[in-house]
Amino acid sequence: MIEVKNVSKTYVTGAGSFDALKEVSFTIHDGEFVAIMGPSGSGKSTLMHILGALDVPTNGTYVLDGKDVSTLSEDELADIRREHIGFVFQSFNLLPRASVIRNVTLPLVYKQIPKEQREKIATASLKSAGLDEQYFYHLSNQLSGGQIQRVAIARALVNQPSLILADEPTGNLDSHTGQIVLETFQKLNREEKRTIILITHESDVAEHADRIIFIRDGAIESDKPV
Amino acid sequence: MIISDLLEETFLALSSNKVRSGLTILGIIIGISSVIAMVSIGQGSQASIQASIQSIGANLIQVQPGSQRSFAGVATQRGSAKSLTAEDAQAIADEISVAQAVAPEVSSRYQVAVKGTNTNTSIVGTTSSYTQVRNVQVIEGNFITDQQNSSVAKVAVLGPTVSTDLFGEGVSPVGQTIRINGSQFTVIGLTVIKGGSSFSNQDDMIFIPLSTAQRYFSGDEYVTSISVQATSEKTVDELETEITNLLLSRHHLDAASADFSILNQTDIIATASSVTETFTTLLAAVAGISLVVGGIGIMNMMLTSVTERTKEIGLRKAIGAKRKEIEQQFLVESVMLTLAGGIIGIALGLGISYVVSVLGIVSTSVSWSSVLLAFGVSAAIGIVFGYYPARRAAGMNPIVALRYE
Ligand SMILES: Nc1ncnc2c1ncn2[C@@H]1O[C@H](COP(=O)(O)OP(=O)(O)OP(=O)(O)O)[C@@H](O)[C@H]1O
Ligand SMILES: [Mg+2]
Repeated sequence: MIEVKNVSKTYVTGAGSFDALKEVSFTIHDGEFVAIMGPSGSGKSTLMHILGALDVPTNGTYVLDGKDVSTLSEDELADIRREHIGFVFQSFNLLPRASVIRNVTLPLVYKQIPKEQREKIATASLKSAGLDEQYFYHLSNQLSGGQIQRVAIARALVNQPSLILADEPTGNLDSHTGQIVLETFQKLNREEKRTIILITHESDVAEHADRIIFIRDGAIESDKPV
Repeated sequence: MIISDLLEETFLALSSNKVRSGLTILGIIIGISSVIAMVSIGQGSQASIQASIQSIGANLIQVQPGSQRSFAGVATQRGSAKSLTAEDAQAIADEISVAQAVAPEVSSRYQVAVKGTNTNTSIVGTTSSYTQVRNVQVIEGNFITDQQNSSVAKVAVLGPTVSTDLFGEGVSPVGQTIRINGSQFTVIGLTVIKGGSSFSNQDDMIFIPLSTAQRYFSGDEYVTSISVQATSEKTVDELETEITNLLLSRHHLDAASADFSILNQTDIIATASSVTETFTTLLAAVAGISLVVGGIGIMNMMLTSVTERTKEIGLRKAIGAKRKEIEQQFLVESVMLTLAGGIIGIALGLGISYVVSVLGIVSTSVSWSSVLLAFGVSAAIGIVFGYYPARRAAGMNPIVALRYE
């Protein structure tokens, strides 16, 4: 369960300080599929970085599965990411010269899971992400955009995270491929009861979720089910 | 991260850019191989210089007439003055207990002829103890005996080079007659080949009794040098002091006006060693500089690699890699690089020193400590020059790194 209470994020730059998030509060229960929407520059990515334990809020608390993440050190945040969070990025971020299997097993390497078990777990999550088995040993730069994103989803799933965060996962895909990826998320949410937070600025993408949180200028404007 | 994974990651990262990795470690290869080769050449020549000094005779002290420096500050040519006699040699043998054996000698170059063959060589008049003091062995016949000395016999022992010059290869000279400076001598022995030594080539000498040399050639009672062997390595210095004191009192002189000089073999070895040591150090230092340059090359490559892989670092952090794990990964990469360079460099250095040995330029001696040191140094270079790039990678903010294009 995710509990965000009065979270603010202020960026201090040479030109002065900028409030990217202003007193944001919401709760997301396990198994929810939530879309965070908003225009460009509204603070979506900033929010995702905090939810994904890549960053800590300037003010307020963020409690993930009963653990307060907002005051942790860099290495403690790394522990949270490794144990609880799976990321899917807009620009995929696969290791280019590595095979699909190696990309998907990478989080397990940092989890110190023995080599023999890694491949089995990775194969299972590649199957749930809907990648055809014939591609498992291809190099990741020999795949299509849609296939790459499925690998990225499989990698996000592989450490059994309580939360999958996807920042504009369809941003680089054509609408048909994007549709397939979104259906993959829906299926994971419905069939495997995964908590998914999807960030987008397109409403037709957001509509695949069960609930939409709309933010503007760093504050929540609306929060309602689809 | 488990060690095997770390090594696998490293291998994949390095092999994905083979040409660059290879070019970068070239600096280390050159540095390490030249250190190994230079040190082995230096140590080899040191050993051969020591061996050639030792071959003159062990624990040897040589007394020569003439002071090294007179009180007026004018150096007298060593050996040219006439101040030492066979009696001095006898006194050293009789009165100094740490003198194991004493061999006085009179040497000069003369024309030697055998039935139309001519050569000019060193004629050494000496006594029977010469074999012991100067480490000379006779392969055929006998060396000069005390009896021949007292009877002023005209007998000669040939060095192998002289024998070949006069009688030809493989012909036994024993029993033949030779003419030295016009006088007839009977050859009674042939010495063993010792090999050329740059200090004095004993293969190219003719030995005759001391008394004979004095009577027929020099015409006086003086000797040109006295070689004394100490009872052991430890008594060499004591022997030197005692000889000095004895000769000063025999010649009724004080230390400042000594009419003889003493060459201590241990000192000669020490001097020669320190020269070759300095030389070796110098060579190794030059090679060491190329190692540092190689290290900077490694650092440069690692920094480039860190920048190129910014996104990868961001991703690794996002999926839960800790600072330490990122740092380790890059550090292991640079250590792997330098170790690979070190191993290839060691092999190349051993190859070079082997070739130098086989070609007969210098007989090299590889010390395993220098190989071990080279191995350690290459690992250390990896750590030292890889540390900063690794820290840079580890310190990257995952958000910034992920956004990097
Ligand atoms: N590291 C930073 N330093 C300073 N300002 C920042 C930083 N990161 C983000 N901002 C600012 O915070 C605001 C919100 O940025 P954010 O990336 O969260 O927007 P977004 O909603 O994800 O936009 P987009 O849809 O374009 O991705 C922007 O105005 C941005 O300029
Ligand atoms: Mg964004």
